[in-house]
Amino acid sequence: MANIAPSVLRQASRLVSKSSISAAPRRTVQVVSRAATPSARGSGDVCKRCYVTQTKSDNAQVQVDTAIRLDRPELEKSGLVMETQNRSTTHVSPMADVLKQATQMDEGQRPIYLDMQATTPVDPRVLDAMLPYYTGVFGNPHSRTHAYGWESEHAVEQARGYIASLIGADPKEIIFTSGATESNNMSIKGVARFFGRSGKKNHIITSQTEHKCVLDSCRHLQDEGYEVTYLPVNNKGLIDVEQLKAAIRPETALVSIMAVNNEIGVIQPLAEIGKICRENKVFFHTDAAQAVGKIPIDVNAMNVDLMSISSHKIYGPKGIGACYVRRRPRVRLEPIISGGGQERGLRSGTLAPALVVGFGEACRIAAEELEYDHKRVKALSDRLLNGLLSMEHTSQNGDPEHFYPGCVNVSFAYVEGESLLMALKDIALSSGSACTSASLEPSYVLRALGNSDENAHSSIRFGIGRFTTEAEIDYVLKAVKERVGFLRELSPLWELVQEGVDLNTIEWTQH
Amino acid sequence: MSAVQAATRPESAQKVLSLYRQLLRQGNQFAAYNFREYTKRRTRDAFRENKSVDDPRRIQELVQKGLKDLQMLKRQTMISQFYQMNKLVVEGGISGKDEPGEPETLRQKDTG
Repeated sequence: MANIAPSVLRQASRLVSKSSISAAPRRTVQVVSRAATPSARGSGDVCKRCYVTQTKSDNAQVQVDTAIRLDRPELEKSGLVMETQNRSTTHVSPMADVLKQATQMDEGQRPIYLDMQATTPVDPRVLDAMLPYYTGVFGNPHSRTHAYGWESEHAVEQARGYIASLIGADPKEIIFTSGATESNNMSIKGVARFFGRSGKKNHIITSQTEHKCVLDSCRHLQDEGYEVTYLPVNNKGLIDVEQLKAAIRPETALVSIMAVNNEIGVIQPLAEIGKICRENKVFFHTDAAQAVGKIPIDVNAMNVDLMSISSHKIYGPKGIGACYVRRRPRVRLEPIISGGGQERGLRSGTLAPALVVGFGEACRIAAEELEYDHKRVKALSDRLLNGLLSMEHTSQNGDPEHFYPGCVNVSFAYVEGESLLMALKDIALSSGSACTSASLEPSYVLRALGNSDENAHSSIRFGIGRFTTEAEIDYVLKAVKERVGFLRELSPLWELVQEGVDLNTIEWTQH
Repeated sequence: MSAVQAATRPESAQKVLSLYRQLLRQGNQFAAYNFREYTKRRTRDAFRENKSVDDPRRIQELVQKGLKDLQMLKRQTMISQFYQMNKLVVEGGISGKDEPGEPETLRQKDTG
C-alpha cells in the first residue's frame, strides 16, 4: 500500500495538471488555477479513495498573505510583490504543491538534537543578518577603491567589534580564521616556530584532555624537534596548578590549556593558569571553542594571550572562527598561510563577509543572552542530570562543581555506549567528540580521567543548548530509562550484578 | 509632564500588548519546532522581565527592539516554511496521525 500510494498520487496529479493546462492553455495563471479547481473537485472521490490530498492554491503552506500584509506598502515601494512570485511557481511547475506533499515523510521521524558540543543550529537572527551579504552586498572587504568594498569592510569591522567585546578584547586583536582548528594550529605552531627559530625556546606544555587538533599540532612539533609536556588531569578532569608550575622551564614558549572540555564540560581554572603564565613570561593559549558565549570570559582578567573561538558552537555559521592574538604585550607568530597580508599578515586570504557578519551577530546575541541562556541551560541540565542519576549504576563524568551545565557526560554501567546510541535512534547523541565518533575506541579524555575501559565505553554525552525544550528533556529521560533497562536485561553481566556477584572477583577464561 | 504621560500611557500600553501578540503569533509560524518554542518562550520571558520598566525612553527602546525582531521574524518564519524538515519525535507523537481538521496527507516512510 505504501508503495502504491505515491504512484497513484503522481498519476492523479498528472491528470489534474494535464486537464487544467488543456482546459486553459496559454492564459494568465489566475484563469488556470480557477479552471483547475472544478476539475480537481471532479476527481475528488477518486482522490479520497487513494488518500491523495486535494491540491488547492490556498492549501500551500506558506502564509504569504498574513506575513506580508503588515509591511506591504514598503514591499510595494521596493518593487517586491509576492503575487508574481506565487504565480511563477504555479506557472513553472503545477506539480510543485503535489510534490511537496508527496515528499513529506511520516510525522515525528526526526530525532531530537542533543549534541550541541558537536555543532549548533544557526540562530534565525544570525541567518537574518547574513542574508543581505549573500544576496546584495557582495563586495570584497579588502577592496579599498570602491563603495562595494567599503560596505563589506564596514560590516566586517562591526562584526569584529562584537566578537572583541564578547571576550573583552580590542577589535584589532581578532584574527578571522576558518575555525577553531585553524586557530589552534596557528597559535601553537606559530608561536613555537617563531620562538623556536632562535633555538632557545623549544618547550610546550599542554594537557592530556585537549582537543585532537591541539594534541596533533603538538605531535607535529615533536617531530620537528620540540619538547612537549602533556599534563595529567585528576579524576575529575581538572589540571593541577602546582604541576603546571613545576612543569614550566626557562625554555618554555607556550602553555595551551582548553577552557571548557568538549567531552565532559569541565571548566579549567583559566585565571589561575593565566596568572602563573604571566609571572613566568610564558604565552598562554586557550582553546575556548566550547566556552565563548556560554560562560563569561575576559582575556585581560584571565591573562590569556591567544584564544581560539569557533562560530558554529555559538549558533553561528560553520566555516568561520577567530583567533585572539594579544597586542600588548605583543605575541609574535609565524603565519601558516602567507599571501596578500590580510588580517595583520597572520592569516592571508579574502574574508567571507557573510560568514563574518553571521559570526559577529552570533557573538552579539551570545553577549546579550548569556545570562538568560545560562539560567535556562542550567535548569534543563539539572532536570536531565537528576533524572539520569536517579537510575541505578549511573555516574557523572567530570567535576560536578566546575562544569558547563550544557555538557552532561554520564556513564551507564553494564551497558555498551555504542549499543545504547543505536537503541536511542530517536535522539541525536554522541559518546564523545564528533571527530572520534567514527571509531569504536574508548574516549581518550575519559581514559585520562582514570576511568576503566568499560566505563569509558559506556559513557554518553548530552549537549543542551539555547533551543532545547523541556519536552525534549522529558522525552530523552523516558527513552533512556526504557532502553537502558532493556539493554541491561539482555546483559549477562547485569544478571550477575543483580545476583550480588562482584564482577572483579570473576576469573574469565581466556580464548 | 505627568499629564502628557497619562495621555500617552494607555495608548502605549495597548501598542506594547499588540506587539506582544504579534510577536507570539509570528513566532508560531516557524516550521522548526525548536525555533518556534524558543520564540514563544523568549518573547514571554522578555516581556515579563521588563513589565515594570517605567522610564519612557527605555520603553521606547525596548519597543523599537521588539519591532525590529518582529520584522526579522516575518522574514525568517517565511524562510523556515520554504525549507520544511520532517517533524521531530517530540511533536505530534510518533503515531504519524494527522491533526483533526487538516486534510489527509499522503506520507512516505523513511526506510533508510
